[in-house]
Amino acid sequence: MVTADRVIDARGSFCPGPLMEMIRAMKTAEVGQVVEVLTSDSGSKTDIPKWAEKAGQEVVEIVSGDDGDAILVRKVK
Amino acid sequence: MPKRLLVIGSGTAGLMVANLAARGLDAKVRRHEVEITVLGERDDYVYQPGFLYVAFDLMDPRNLVRPVRDLLHPVVRFVHDRAQRVDADSRTVLTQGGVSLPYDYLVIATGSRISPEEVPGLADDAHWFYTLEGAVKLREALQNLRGGRVAISVGIPHKCPVAPVEFTLMLDAWARTRGLRDQLEITYTYPVARAHTIPAVAEFAEAEFERRDIKLETFFNMESVDTQGHVLHSQEGTDVAYDLLVTVPPHRGDALGGDSSLAGGGNWYPTDRQFLQVQGHDNIFAVGDTTDLPVSKAGSVAHFESEVVSDNLVGLLSDGHRPGHTYAGRAFCFIETGLEEATYISFDFQHPPVVPTPSRSIHFFKQTYNQIHWANLKAVI
Ligand SMILES: Cc1cc2nc3c(=O)[nH]c(=O)nc-3n(C[C@H](O)[C@H](O)[C@H](O)COP(=O)(O)OP(=O)(O)OC[C@H]3O[C@@H](n4cnc5c(N)ncnc54)[C@H](O)[C@@H]3O)c2cc1C
Repeated sequence: MVTADRVIDARGSFCPGPLMEMIRAMKTAEVGQVVEVLTSDSGSKTDIPKWAEKAGQEVVEIVSGDDGDAILVRKVK
Repeated sequence: MPKRLLVIGSGTAGLMVANLAARGLDAKVRRHEVEITVLGERDDYVYQPGFLYVAFDLMDPRNLVRPVRDLLHPVVRFVHDRAQRVDADSRTVLTQGGVSLPYDYLVIATGSRISPEEVPGLADDAHWFYTLEGAVKLREALQNLRGGRVAISVGIPHKCPVAPVEFTLMLDAWARTRGLRDQLEITYTYPVARAHTIPAVAEFAEAEFERRDIKLETFFNMESVDTQGHVLHSQEGTDVAYDLLVTVPPHRGDALGGDSSLAGGGNWYPTDRQFLQVQGHDNIFAVGDTTDLPVSKAGSVAHFESEVVSDNLVGLLSDGHRPGHTYAGRAFCFIETGLEEATYISFDFQHPPVVPTPSRSIHFFKQTYNQIHWANLKAVI
């Protein structure tokens, strides 16, 4: 599994909470860094990759666990 | 020694909690067994939903402002000062004026405010209707509008979830009545994949936008504004050029929460969704926009939450028994869909909203509520 430079625990928050956490974190991340959002909202698994595609950022990994998913996105530009 | 209830904030939630508690504890306050104090940085109350109408010159701004003292139950003490720090260990609030106010129960109702400075250039070139001054300035800009590109750009979180949609639909209707619509290109931008965070509102807004030839840009998170070229840049790499930029800037809670180490990111207080206590503090409640709850930041939410908190406080301050009234996420918002029609959404944690067909009668209800609000604040209805 890729190691994230920054991890945000957004479990317990609902759409669009986790997505907005990812967008905010990507704003301040350096190019090349990986941001990981932990989410228990099932919509995040589609929302965040859709946003990354539009923003030209790279989804590096989605790891599903018992208490939610970890979504890792690298800032490429 | 009387038991002390201290409320910080003299806005919608602060006044409602204080007035509802005063009604339940009136006799005890008169016997000096209980003391109710509101601490507010403003000594006037401003009815914020009126800003939307001010922008279109449909309401006189002077009618939106009333002195706080006139809206408070006579037994409630009002302190006009700013809360600087809450010391939960010693149960005191320190004010900017250097006064230390002790409490047994504390209610934090400090609301939310716009934070345009988060987007470079935004405050210099954009208009907004989220403050009274901003709405008056926007009114001037609209009066002078003869045509061109109008962009409405929304940041989240923000209070009144439906106000940006209302503004956009009202702008369309207003421009049509002035014979201006053909000269305008209207674009609405929103941070997530659809036109609104609430799916039913998104579906409704998207259909209306299409019908009224309003362009929609989704996944648009404002990054910066080129104030010379009048172009708004998004974090996603898209641009919107404009002649008039109207924004709903992202919001934050008041700095008090962070400064007191009680609130988290964005200065929102981590709040228990049923009893509305600030997590880890049984005697501190958060009400209204300032909570981190997954509910809309709306006056109606402030109202429903105030009923729960004041009922519990009346019990606690009467015989120490908390009656167990809980908040279920109830919210209600009117949606103006033009100058003569409106619809609404009503929802809670368990029941997502549906959007009924707009009608003139719902618009009339909304206009009536704009007057009833003053009685609602005083907790007389
Ligand atoms: C344009 C617009 C349209 C709206 N339309 C609607 C609508 O149609 N329906 C609806 O339900 N809601 C609407 N709202 C939202 C509604 O106004 C707010 O959700 C509501 O006022 C929230 O109440 P509150 O008490 O949490 O915050 P507020 O009413 O904003 O009050 C907070 C108060 O706390 C004070 N304060 C803050 N920090 C401190 C401090 N440290 N010390 C002392 N005092 C402090 C502030 O000065 C303020 O007086 C609208 C808002 C806007 C801007």
